[in-house]
Amino acid sequence: MDKSTFETKPVIDGRMHVALKHDSAHKHVTGQAEYIDDIPEPAGTLHGGLGLSDRAHAEIVSLHLSAVKAAPGVLAVITADDIPGFNDVASTGQHDEPLLATTEVQFHGQPIFAVIAETRDQARRAAKLAHVEYRDLPHWTDIDGARENGAPFVVEPMTLKRGEPETEIDKAPLRVQGHMYIGGQEHFYLESHVALAIPGEDDEVTVWSSTQHPSEVQHMVAHVLGIANNAVTVVTRRMGGGFGGKETQGNQFAALAAVAAKKLKRAVKFRPDRDEDMSITGKRHDFRVDYDVAFDEDGLIHAVDATFAARCGFSADLSGPVTDRALFHADSSYYYPHVRLTSQPLKTHTVSNTAFRGFGGPQGMLGGERIIEEIAYATAKDPLDIRRLNFYGPRGSGRTVTPYHQEVEDNVVARIVDELEASSDYQARRRAILDFNAASPVIRKGIALTPVKFGISFTMTAYNQAGALVHIYQDGSIHLNHGGTEMGQGLYTKVAQVVADTFQVDIDRVKITATTTGKVPNTSATAASSGSDLNGMAAYDAARQIKERLIEFAVRQWKVAREKVEFLPNRVRIGGEIVPFDTLVRAAYYDRVQLSAAGFYKTPKIHWDRKAGRGRPFYYFAYGAAVSEVAIDTLTGEYLVERTDILHDVGKSLNPAIDIGQVEGGFVQGMGWLTTEELWWDDRGRLRTHAPSTYKIPLASDRPKVFNVKLAEWSENAEPTIGRSKAVGEPPFMLAISVFEAISMAVASVADYKVCPRLDAPATPERVLMAVERLKAM
Amino acid sequence: MSEAIRFILNGEEVTLGNFGPTETLLDYLRLRRRLTGTKEGCAEGDCGACTVLVGRLTEQGLRYESVNACIRFLGSLHGTHVVTVEHLAGRDGELHPVQQAMVDCHGSQCGFCTPGFVMSLYGLWLSNGEPTRADIESALQGNLCRCTGYEPIVKAAEQVSRNRPSSLFDPLERDRIQIMARLWAIHAEVDTIVVEKDGARSIVPASAAAFADILAEEPEATIVAGATDVGLWVTKQMRQLDPVIFINHLAELQSVTADETGITIGAGVSYTQAFDVLSEEIPPLGRLIDRIGGQQVRNMGTIGGNIANGSPIGDTPPPLIALGAELTLRTHSGRRTISLEDFFLAYGKQDRLPSEFVEKIFVPRPAEGSHFAVYKISKRRDEDISALCGAFNLTLDGDGKVAKIRIAFGGMAATPKRAKHVEEALFGQVWSWGVISAVRDLFDEDYAPLTDWRATAEYRSLTAKNLLTRFFLETAGQSHELRRFELEEA
Repeated sequence: MDKSTFETKPVIDGRMHVALKHDSAHKHVTGQAEYIDDIPEPAGTLHGGLGLSDRAHAEIVSLHLSAVKAAPGVLAVITADDIPGFNDVASTGQHDEPLLATTEVQFHGQPIFAVIAETRDQARRAAKLAHVEYRDLPHWTDIDGARENGAPFVVEPMTLKRGEPETEIDKAPLRVQGHMYIGGQEHFYLESHVALAIPGEDDEVTVWSSTQHPSEVQHMVAHVLGIANNAVTVVTRRMGGGFGGKETQGNQFAALAAVAAKKLKRAVKFRPDRDEDMSITGKRHDFRVDYDVAFDEDGLIHAVDATFAARCGFSADLSGPVTDRALFHADSSYYYPHVRLTSQPLKTHTVSNTAFRGFGGPQGMLGGERIIEEIAYATAKDPLDIRRLNFYGPRGSGRTVTPYHQEVEDNVVARIVDELEASSDYQARRRAILDFNAASPVIRKGIALTPVKFGISFTMTAYNQAGALVHIYQDGSIHLNHGGTEMGQGLYTKVAQVVADTFQVDIDRVKITATTTGKVPNTSATAASSGSDLNGMAAYDAARQIKERLIEFAVRQWKVAREKVEFLPNRVRIGGEIVPFDTLVRAAYYDRVQLSAAGFYKTPKIHWDRKAGRGRPFYYFAYGAAVSEVAIDTLTGEYLVERTDILHDVGKSLNPAIDIGQVEGGFVQGMGWLTTEELWWDDRGRLRTHAPSTYKIPLASDRPKVFNVKLAEWSENAEPTIGRSKAVGEPPFMLAISVFEAISMAVASVADYKVCPRLDAPATPERVLMAVERLKAM
Repeated sequence: MSEAIRFILNGEEVTLGNFGPTETLLDYLRLRRRLTGTKEGCAEGDCGACTVLVGRLTEQGLRYESVNACIRFLGSLHGTHVVTVEHLAGRDGELHPVQQAMVDCHGSQCGFCTPGFVMSLYGLWLSNGEPTRADIESALQGNLCRCTGYEPIVKAAEQVSRNRPSSLFDPLERDRIQIMARLWAIHAEVDTIVVEKDGARSIVPASAAAFADILAEEPEATIVAGATDVGLWVTKQMRQLDPVIFINHLAELQSVTADETGITIGAGVSYTQAFDVLSEEIPPLGRLIDRIGGQQVRNMGTIGGNIANGSPIGDTPPPLIALGAELTLRTHSGRRTISLEDFFLAYGKQDRLPSEFVEKIFVPRPAEGSHFAVYKISKRRDEDISALCGAFNLTLDGDGKVAKIRIAFGGMAATPKRAKHVEEALFGQVWSWGVISAVRDLFDEDYAPLTDWRATAEYRSLTAKNLLTRFFLETAGQSHELRRFELEEA
């Protein structure tokens, strides 16, 4: 019994809606937080290395592995022939993603075989000794190349249509057509992929996997081993970052480790080197957006027709839902009276692209904001005025229907933009910048205020379910488990707050335990920003059930009315008596009350018909806005972000400290995507930016020099989510579009703001300089 | 001759033999010692997840510096004090103030980069009681965080510098005298060390003279000072190196001296060691150094190594060539001094015999009244490799005409190279906008750059020309370079 039992305090530690440190913060700063590579290895643990394709597209004529097998320390070489079940790790069920290539390689870096050796160093060295004969086949690595070669789609494209875009687009007074390229992005989670498989008896195997989706890893390992799901247990305590890069991409490492572990009857670990991780795991999709927009002299949009083509890589993976989500966000915050949006998920001979924070949404939204920019330059107005004019309207305005026929019911974007405009002094600063630019020959400045509206829910309706498991032990300590995974976003902390709050006990009584398929089955990926919405509710449901039983017990035992049982901080008032929480728990145990419960939640109201392009894919929307100011050097294209102000809507925040962290981190990550992070493939189809020496994510010195971040404290979710909070993982990422557009404005200044700069992303110094040159020449 | 190195790991003195010449400190810590707080993020010295402190005896006393354990070879640790994150918290588990500030400011999310950040912040905390924002960002240039956006980490650094507790609290401040004594004792035994494992050797020479003798006998040896380049040959290219001669400890190669003629930099001087003198004497060089690598790389990497490896994109050769620097090469039997620009013969080929090593660099002081500038252009401002790097050294005569001009660029050719066509065209001309405009395009005669992932040939060519324009504007008193912080703030 801990001392908190005897204290009377007004509120518990770690309730909902307070700023609380990350549950592992202490372990993070001392180096005691265990990641998979830190777990003490079982005796005799072996290590895997990978043999990778060095062709973008080729037939494998022959594979000579004798030198690999003879290398020091090597115990086995695993090829497709060693896979007992299916040579397939396609998360879609389309069987288009072999674990190990057999007759054909489809991207540079595709795994062909695995080496298992006594040490990781031996495995890596041995893997280099294979001799593979190839017969080259035609390859293309980008969207234009795919189109020129008539590349197939990796999944069926989607079209969203409302109104009569075909005819209305000709009728409006003004019209602009154009296109933009949007680059992809490497996740660069600091902990690269890793899996440790330990064989068990019979067909059992346990895998520690750095994954956002333990259930899928479980299913894939079973599929590859040809065994039932119930023989596989997957455990994930924490990841060193995920960002979508560990939603499906961990499957291959876990499956290889499991195959080798079962074959050799020893523990096997796979931890690719950073360069391998970056070469052989998917990234954010690159897009090419072709747009055609009709509008009037005021800048009011009449019709939009746009195509979003994506570099999907060699297989489908998540490209279907990613390109769908691009279309769902191509409206950004704007009402399109007539609209047609089409996706083109193109096959390329590159690694299969995958989930990444925003999941296509950022690319869709960037396309939508480009349309606004075009209109602004065409009508010689501040883009902010065009934005306002085209915002979705309030209920009853007739301007609330999205291209997918969902009503926008909870719109707060106008309020957020108004408040941010005032608090950031946008108008005065914009005027000052216009004056500065008029007098400055080399350095030019730009400012942009851009909004975010992001749809929350998996668009695959079935995924919007979650489970949790809560036990209370006889000493009153609580064990919490749920299907969500911790990748740094603070999910474990938030869910523990929910449980602590429900029982009204201090949060240190709640033991947060590693996510495992053995405790909560059939979980969804921790993705789509849905972690706390889904798992918070499931944990609440489990805690609520136990609490109900405790109340019933108290009513029975103390013979009081139900209303006379009240949970106070660490105590329960039962009639006139105050009973410590642990005392009540112990008494309930002796009365044979079940002190364990499985909780469950499914998101209400949502449904989606992809073929028809209609439904309500999203439970609600999260909103935000950012204003950024930049300076560029028109001689070199270099730039600095001088200041960013953000106002973001997280509903009623479950934990403002964690939410601010998500907003700031998401913004900076988004800024990297749109500025310095550039993926570069050579003509052989080799990714040449495959390490931090060549792929440049933001540094501390890249963040805005002045950085003001606030949550919209007045906001509450219109829907009854957990604590009326809103999802926060992905939406802030898109606040970084303000930086991109501010750079664009600075570029536009060299042509007196008469021409839309049509900057492609990422806006590297080179792209900025070349845009400056293009505009100067006009 | 000794067969083991000696160093201190946290509190424990270690005598270590039987390790390979390319075995890294990170693998030693994680695999052999199970000190798993130090993480591997990239294994190439760019992300900082593996940051530890290495303390060494210098003229200024015991100095702790952040380094990348992932590319630091064990052979380079003789006579040092290695400090990992496990050493920070008190014995009762109480957090060090640096750690506490990180917790209080919500400076960790996924936590994987955090021990590295803690160590970089700790290195800053030990060396700088009142860091500015510029100092903090500079100390963190070699640490990547993908979760937080850095804001809370910078706040933690500011907070911890405000609340500085007694030095008794800090394990390194507390034990400083004792650690110095132990390191002195290790250094008291002056002997060449050769550690052998499976036939491959790490050689730690006792002196520069011993180094010269060993090199004469082992001309194929790999010379390693900072390992910021050679480290990647091992971790990425999986090259086997044997033998490796470690020279980072040789005091004779560590001096930086300035007199009225110029600055002499020993080949073993790290960027960090050179920073103070160079910033003071030739400020543009100080600003450049602040943009080379991260703090960890600057603490390990040497200007000598940046030259000796012959890279066409090394950042120090262009300004040093523009300044007319000279290089002294030494063998066991003598020395020769050559002009730095003559050292670079062709891609991957330098004017160095196998038995020679770079001993020192002499940088002449820019002439009174001359103009000198160096501009680094990279995709990301800090901790990036140059797309191009250009340096300009101009002296005008009394009539405003060009009396002397040297222009050198990296990233524009297979070696760091002067723009002689441009120089010739400018010589004797009035330094004016008209002349600049007329000669700009002559860069195309001097350079035919390549396209790669850092930049296209077109961008490199255009930017080289524009940098001449920038230099002109700067000499005309119109400085236009975007700088996040002025150096004086740093």
